[in-house]
Amino acid sequence: MSAAAECLQTIADYGLRSIGIGERLLPRSDFTLCQQVTLIGSGMIWNLYFGVLALAAGFVLANGLALAKASPRRWLRRPAEGFIFVFRGSPLFIQFFLAYSALVLLPREGLSIFGLTLPTGWMARAWAGALLVLTLNTAAYSAEIFHGALRNVPKGDLEAADAFGLTGWARFRRIVWPTMMRLAWPAYTNEAIFLFHATTLVFFSGFPAFRQEGDSLYYASYLADKTFNPFVAYPIAAGYFILLTLCLIWLFGVVNQRLNRHLPGQARRLRYRPNIIR
Amino acid sequence: MFAYCADPRTLEGLAWLSCYLSSGTHLLFYASFGTVLLLLALTAPVSLALGFLGALAARSGFAPLRWLGKTYAAVVRGVPDVIFFLFVPIALDQGIEWLRSRVYCDPSVPVRQGNEFVVCAAAKMPLGTAPGWVHDFYGIALAVVAFSIVFGAFATNVLYGAMQAVPRAQLETAEAYGMTPRQIDRRILIPQMWSYALPGLSNLWMILIKATPLLFLLGVEDIVYWARELGGTKTTTFAYPHGDWRVWYFLALLVFYLLMTWVSQRAIDRLSARLSRGQATLAGEAMRKAGVAA
Repeated sequence: MSAAAECLQTIADYGLRSIGIGERLLPRSDFTLCQQVTLIGSGMIWNLYFGVLALAAGFVLANGLALAKASPRRWLRRPAEGFIFVFRGSPLFIQFFLAYSALVLLPREGLSIFGLTLPTGWMARAWAGALLVLTLNTAAYSAEIFHGALRNVPKGDLEAADAFGLTGWARFRRIVWPTMMRLAWPAYTNEAIFLFHATTLVFFSGFPAFRQEGDSLYYASYLADKTFNPFVAYPIAAGYFILLTLCLIWLFGVVNQRLNRHLPGQARRLRYRPNIIR
Repeated sequence: MFAYCADPRTLEGLAWLSCYLSSGTHLLFYASFGTVLLLLALTAPVSLALGFLGALAARSGFAPLRWLGKTYAAVVRGVPDVIFFLFVPIALDQGIEWLRSRVYCDPSVPVRQGNEFVVCAAAKMPLGTAPGWVHDFYGIALAVVAFSIVFGAFATNVLYGAMQAVPRAQLETAEAYGMTPRQIDRRILIPQMWSYALPGLSNLWMILIKATPLLFLLGVEDIVYWARELGGTKTTTFAYPHGDWRVWYFLALLVFYLLMTWVSQRAIDRLSARLSRGQATLAGEAMRKAGVAA
């Protein structure tokens, strides 16, 4: 069999391995480059799954938190501040461990509320438990970004809204929120990149990889362990992440253009200053 | 530790808890907090120095040096830091052993034999005969190097930005006084840049604190390792049997980190006020108007 045909066969066997489709057993010896690229790429499905869903859910939650933190009402502001402090002040790694060890304590036979039995076993699985932690974590970081942007909404915009007789929800939806998003967007792009990078921690932090179905770094470290050679598997995983980062920058750049489209000549493209730290 | 702890089975309540929390393994657990602080104390200055060299290289007039500085900062960008933490220690370990094997072993024997990385016993690092603490220290040293490389790249970016942010006019004034480029760097650029670098560096410090539990991934017996060990269910064969208490141990770690970041934030706020004094910036001007003595 030619090398190309062999590689196609490998992709068919292992391309969806990380979600349990294809070969049951991982290769054990004589790893080809094609196998390594395929397996690690297959793991990226999990990174995308965690990243996309946590980003979407975290975005909604972060908006609520940012508004709560900016609220003059104490009973709204204090909980939001506390939430943000806890999730920004502690390592994500510890949050994963804590969440996992708390979730496995849930009664195995399920919670019974009003005679209904809610199964709880799934909460300790990575796809649910880790997603929950990632969502809360990114919500806290994004809320801080949105809160900062909210405080920087120009006074003139608000006065103009008053002059047009816009109040309450209409004022928020049509003036405050779009401006807040526009101001927050570059920082939020960074947060999104960090979130995708943080998804690599999931399978190293207590959450077990069910039937060896893990993310890209899980497979990369599996391969590096088996081959005693870190110089192939880790660079492949790094390459995938650089590609993913470039895609994210492009995608967020498109949104940024849309957010800024009413400003002639200003910020036509997102000047991405890769802030490697959040 | 206490005399009454001789037979834990007879104890109850607070006495049991005090004996439990002062058992030998718990003392190791408390000592591992020292490992974390040691890592912080070593990594912060090393990566600051690396970042400083990187930033100077990135500003250098000599092109290859400039490329080196910029590449170093750019390589870390876009790649999750966990990959570096997994990659650097193994790569470094193999690099050292490979070099030693060229010296101490028969060089005609290849190091890579199929899927194996084999060096002769004399080239092992540390030597197989070395005592346990040498292995522990070697592990921590590799971790320090890995952390320093990653955070050095972050610091390069921050310091490079801060050096660029020093107002051009201040450097031109120094030139007008006839200072040499080296004098300008030493007397104007470097003292002035700290106030611009502080926000970035303080962010970096926070990230460094929050990256320390990743030591666990490097196989160091750190606080995460002990929290998992001690918290797991202990059957009656142990001196202090208990159920699954991991959640309490991790809660303690969470509180530890919250305290660390909270204290750091307060210290940074004070430092930032100190560095803003007399600066021609918004913060410095606000302090001048408020009449804070310089």
